[in-house]
Amino acid sequence: MKPKIAFYWCASCGGCEEAVVDLDEALLDVAGAVEIVFWPVALDFKLKDLEAMPDGSILASFINGAIRNSDQREMAELLRAKSQVVVAFGVCAQLGGIPGLANLSDANGILAEAYRDGVTPQKFHRENGHVLTLPEFFDTVAALDAVIDVDYYVPGCPPTTNLVRDAVNALLGPDLPPKGAVLAPDQALCEQCPRKDSRPEKLLLKEFKRVHQIVPDQQTCLLAQGVVCLGPATRAGCDARCICGNMPCTGCFGPTSRVRDFGAKALSAIASVIDCNEESAIAQVMDAIPDPVGTFYRYSLPSSLLGRRRME
Amino acid sequence: MPEAFEPKIVAFFCNWCTYLAADLAGTSRIKYAPNTRVVRVMCSGRVDPQFVLEAFAKGADGVLIGGCHPGDCHYQEGNYKARRRYELLRRLLHQMGIEDERFRLEWISAAEGERVKTVINDMVEKLRALGPRVPARSREVA
Repeated sequence: MKPKIAFYWCASCGGCEEAVVDLDEALLDVAGAVEIVFWPVALDFKLKDLEAMPDGSILASFINGAIRNSDQREMAELLRAKSQVVVAFGVCAQLGGIPGLANLSDANGILAEAYRDGVTPQKFHRENGHVLTLPEFFDTVAALDAVIDVDYYVPGCPPTTNLVRDAVNALLGPDLPPKGAVLAPDQALCEQCPRKDSRPEKLLLKEFKRVHQIVPDQQTCLLAQGVVCLGPATRAGCDARCICGNMPCTGCFGPTSRVRDFGAKALSAIASVIDCNEESAIAQVMDAIPDPVGTFYRYSLPSSLLGRRRME
Repeated sequence: MPEAFEPKIVAFFCNWCTYLAADLAGTSRIKYAPNTRVVRVMCSGRVDPQFVLEAFAKGADGVLIGGCHPGDCHYQEGNYKARRRYELLRRLLHQMGIEDERFRLEWISAAEGERVKTVINDMVEKLRALGPRVPARSREVA
């Protein structure tokens, strides 16, 4: 009997599903080696099919997306019960991701902003004698491991196809990686960057440039050109795709294993290259980073030490 | 009557200046508010932003970093590094709803025992006025 695999999405954009489809022909190999028993975005299985399966009968569930409402939490709990292994797939499931920036606000703030002067969704909706219950919209977005036990993490926004293939192979192979492992190289992106050699020994900057203010040289280290590139603090494994597109790293692969709080470390790395000593000069350089939380916690606010903005 | 609010301050003092100043304040019997928990670090430049965030995450009402005056760093420029990180971290904390008064960087030389008292008393007073920090409910879902 082939091992059973499930895919599920929570608060996500669909990019992680696309990353699986992007396996192209390799997807056929995967599909040949396993039995896919649940994949709402691609295959027609129902919730009751999943509920009918015995506990632990699925080898691995790949869950992408953050947890932002009660429905997602219930589905994550159900998949956890049915699976031997749960993989947090993509940075939203791993660290909270872009949806996690909602932790700068809360449920009321977001609903007021999104449905201002309109109809705010109600928890219960009655129509023709039927009652529709909407999931509860949480104040705080969470990473997957805040609600269920997670065995492995595949980082990225989205994970690259190589990483996906390697992750599936690792799970099907004889030796499972240690529990809690992030299935990507444990070194900084700079180590794998094609522009590595152009990075000066000692990086010192008098100003930062935002991406719309500069057309960077395509060979030179982006940070050395004054662009805020988070490569020094970010885990490798993405094949430096953004760099190859002449765009700076924004940190979607999260931290290496030695770092607890990605944003703090990225902030530290960027602040350290500023070549000014006076308070006012430092402040002026920092003005080119108008949104520090959005810059350094773009993908990891829910899993940061503070987790969210203070609730009013 | 409820107990008066006593702010908790985590203070990172550098080994060469501010920690010695705190020592001097002690041996000189200078009295100041007992609200700080001092952590000695080799240099203010050693203070990783993660230390500050962890202190706040674990319920500190304020974080104080004390280092040598500009130009006086035992390691030449560690305090400048601290100053750069401080400025960016202060802005980030502000976005996270942590008031500026709760996070402070001060230069206090080994001879300035009196200044340890002034700075700590002043910070305690400001934190008292702000009231207890409402911790972010980080791990809770819902």
